[in-house]
Amino acid sequence: MKRFSQLYVALDNSTRTHDKVAALVEYFRAVPPEDACWAVYFLTGNRPRQAVPARKLHEYAAEASGVPLWLFEESYDAVGDIAETIALILPPPQNASALPLHRWLAERLIPLRKLDEDAQKASLLACWQELDQRQRFVFNKLITGGFRVGVSSLLVIRALAEVSGVDAKVISHRLAGDWLPTAENYATLISTATSSFDISKPYPFFLAHPIADAVETFDAELGPRSDWQAEWKWDGIRGQLVKRQGQVFLWSRGEELVSAQFPELIAAAAPLADAVLDGEILAVKDGQVMPFTALQKRIGRKNPGKKILVDTPVVFVAYDLLEVEGEDWRERPLRARRAKLHELVYGIPDNTVLQLSDIVRAPSWATLAIAREESRQRGTEGLMLKRRDSVYGVGRAVGKGAGKNNGKSGGDWVKWKIAPMTVDAVLVYAQRGHGKRASLYTDYTFAIWKQDGEKRELVPFAKAYSGLSNEEIAIVDAFIRKNTLEKFGPVRTVKPELVFELGFEGIQRSTRHKSGVAVRFPRMLRMRTDKKVDEADSLATILHLLERIA
Amino acid sequence: MPLLEHTSRGLYCAAGDFYVDPWRPVARAVITHAHADHARPGHAAYLAATPSLGVLKTRLGAGAVIEGVGYGETRSMNGVNVSLHPAGHVLGSAQVRIEHRGEVWVVSGDYKLDYDPTCAAFEPQRCHTFVSESTFGLPIYRWLSHQELFGGINRWWQDNAAAGRSSVLFGYAFGKAQRILKSVDASIGPIFCHGAVEVLNRAYRDAGVALPETMMVSEVDKKFDYSGALVVAPPSAQSTPWIKRFGDYSDAFASGWMAIRGARRQRNVDQGFVLSDHADWPSLLIAIRASEAQRVLITHGQVPVMVRYLRELGIDADALETEFEGEAGGDEKIETKVEPAIELPAQPPEPSDKPGSP
Repeated sequence: MKRFSQLYVALDNSTRTHDKVAALVEYFRAVPPEDACWAVYFLTGNRPRQAVPARKLHEYAAEASGVPLWLFEESYDAVGDIAETIALILPPPQNASALPLHRWLAERLIPLRKLDEDAQKASLLACWQELDQRQRFVFNKLITGGFRVGVSSLLVIRALAEVSGVDAKVISHRLAGDWLPTAENYATLISTATSSFDISKPYPFFLAHPIADAVETFDAELGPRSDWQAEWKWDGIRGQLVKRQGQVFLWSRGEELVSAQFPELIAAAAPLADAVLDGEILAVKDGQVMPFTALQKRIGRKNPGKKILVDTPVVFVAYDLLEVEGEDWRERPLRARRAKLHELVYGIPDNTVLQLSDIVRAPSWATLAIAREESRQRGTEGLMLKRRDSVYGVGRAVGKGAGKNNGKSGGDWVKWKIAPMTVDAVLVYAQRGHGKRASLYTDYTFAIWKQDGEKRELVPFAKAYSGLSNEEIAIVDAFIRKNTLEKFGPVRTVKPELVFELGFEGIQRSTRHKSGVAVRFPRMLRMRTDKKVDEADSLATILHLLERIA
Repeated sequence: MPLLEHTSRGLYCAAGDFYVDPWRPVARAVITHAHADHARPGHAAYLAATPSLGVLKTRLGAGAVIEGVGYGETRSMNGVNVSLHPAGHVLGSAQVRIEHRGEVWVVSGDYKLDYDPTCAAFEPQRCHTFVSESTFGLPIYRWLSHQELFGGINRWWQDNAAAGRSSVLFGYAFGKAQRILKSVDASIGPIFCHGAVEVLNRAYRDAGVALPETMMVSEVDKKFDYSGALVVAPPSAQSTPWIKRFGDYSDAFASGWMAIRGARRQRNVDQGFVLSDHADWPSLLIAIRASEAQRVLITHGQVPVMVRYLRELGIDADALETEFEGEAGGDEKIETKVEPAIELPAQPPEPSDKPGSP
């Protein structure tokens, strides 16, 4: 636990990739596989479930620190993170524990959830007693279900590759999917032997790089149009359809197995040859792509009933091919993968569920830009551009600029999204952010005007927490602190005064929101210091936008 | 009428006709210490502890009329006995003890109980009414011991030196910087200071506080190789071109606010050292108890929290409004604690210079 906490702090403190990888390498070299497997598990995005109810956690921590509950809450308000508040407020520990990570987990943390209330409290207080401040923080993060660390899976994979001498792609592949933290799995993970892997395993998804430049620069930035393949960018669930030894598995981009949620896709793949397909899961009814919320109903339901299967039918729009009959095709050029994909999909008789992604044909960048104007009517987010000779990489596509020129070209896969719909809205509620922003008010709720006869009132309609620079956040944070009207738990009601331009990707009617509409991917585009609250947009504007796209 | 009351000009003692750390120009000001929000320019006459005079003069200008008084010495002002006692905050910092017809008030100014080799240690004063600051008045603030803290700083410096890097440590130029200089292991490597720090170093040395040898960065060739060196600079230097000359450096920030992870990350430095010249939560409670005061008045910082907590302990506590306060409502404000560097020669400090400096 001590070593793991040190690693956590090292990763958390450092902003240098090199230092993070070095800390990981040092850790993996130092600890036994029993511990290393858990570190891999936690650092690649897995979190244990919340072990103790939040309410109880506050009470126990206040009691163990000898402070009244209200003072604990005040402290929590200043820190903004429960695991950290508890670590800071508890008196120094009585004794130190030298238990290694896996035993801490097996003997303390994992049993904790199942204990009855009294036993849970006793166990928790005992745990706190033997951990120093740093370890308490990590332990609390693990029991509150909020475990996150400043390292990407990619860096963990890089470190494991360095420790083992195994290629990073191989490790990445071994790690994908339902990887469980056992010493054996860890040994397999870093094994130099070419062992057979779990037949269900997906490949890591290759992600596109955004481009926001003017189309006039594309010839210079991306090269000739003929080097690129253009497809619609769908707003569905990215998925990987894996068929090996006749068995079919469907994975979502979160590397979650979703076979049970989409039985019709599994069935449709029955006549397919052994292959791994990358594509988009879309809800399509009567030839119309349904909004994302329809798909959300499907993703939440395993073994869906007849009604929902009829109401919300799905298709799999395939756009890439990663493996054919056990052979890894990712290093082959896109044109070859696409040709083979075409052959495989069209080789299935009477198939409407497994589809091939349409190629958008336009001879030049300028004509492609015109085609892109249809994105919204088609229910897409814009275009995907893929270099015809590109390989299928790992992680986010970076190219000549090696990621430095964000928003510029670079990378063989580029997403060219359409400009968002925008609306000017008023900041009305604020909440603290998380992690780095835990001490700042960064999560905002925005309202627009609703005319009701003579009455005109602001109704909340969207939440957003991204899009502002640090300087802007500081200004807004200061404003919120000075202009708080009321506090409800973590939420502050703010004097309606600041107007922001919000961008979003889609609108839908919603009975859950007071405004009657819900927007997708809302974010702040800029502060409209030039606008007064009265000049913010009204619900009518939004309904008009809604009609326009319908 | 209370012995001290809040007025638009500052805390006023009507019986003695003087102010303590006034924020608008007055005839007679008693100054707790030389930080800019407590020692403002423009008063007709100043009374301050003798060890603070050097720094005060650099900040208020040569023309200011400042009378020094030794710790523990009593001055009578209109029949009110005034004496200054060490507060342990920075060089020359004082608690103001005010006695009138048997009633005793003590204004703590800013204070800490932690060991600090650059100034006299806090001496508790028995009184009827104790006026206490509350910058870090939450139980999450608990400082490390001197050994642990500077052990960590030394280790960081040493590791950087071993890796051929320089170490840039940001800390408030007056007090914090000198405490760091005096406490680090100077055998690790050479030490350089920003001009804003160096001018205070001189005042400290003149006052008899021995500091390790330091060099001013502006007096060193721009191409100088700083690897292995420690550089002490005010926080305002963090995102300026000045910093580029240190090449491959690791940076750190020394402040009580660094106890909070969010503040550390917001600072965007490699290391945050929890080093404050203010009292932590246990120290605030110790100092309040040690005063044996029947009544406690809380100023700048976590005012409502401390008042409520003390009342629950059965202590007669209240808020005392001052303009030393960081932010209205006693809410914390972590991210904008940037003080302007003091330039050479000393200029009159901005009134908003240091809201409850860390």
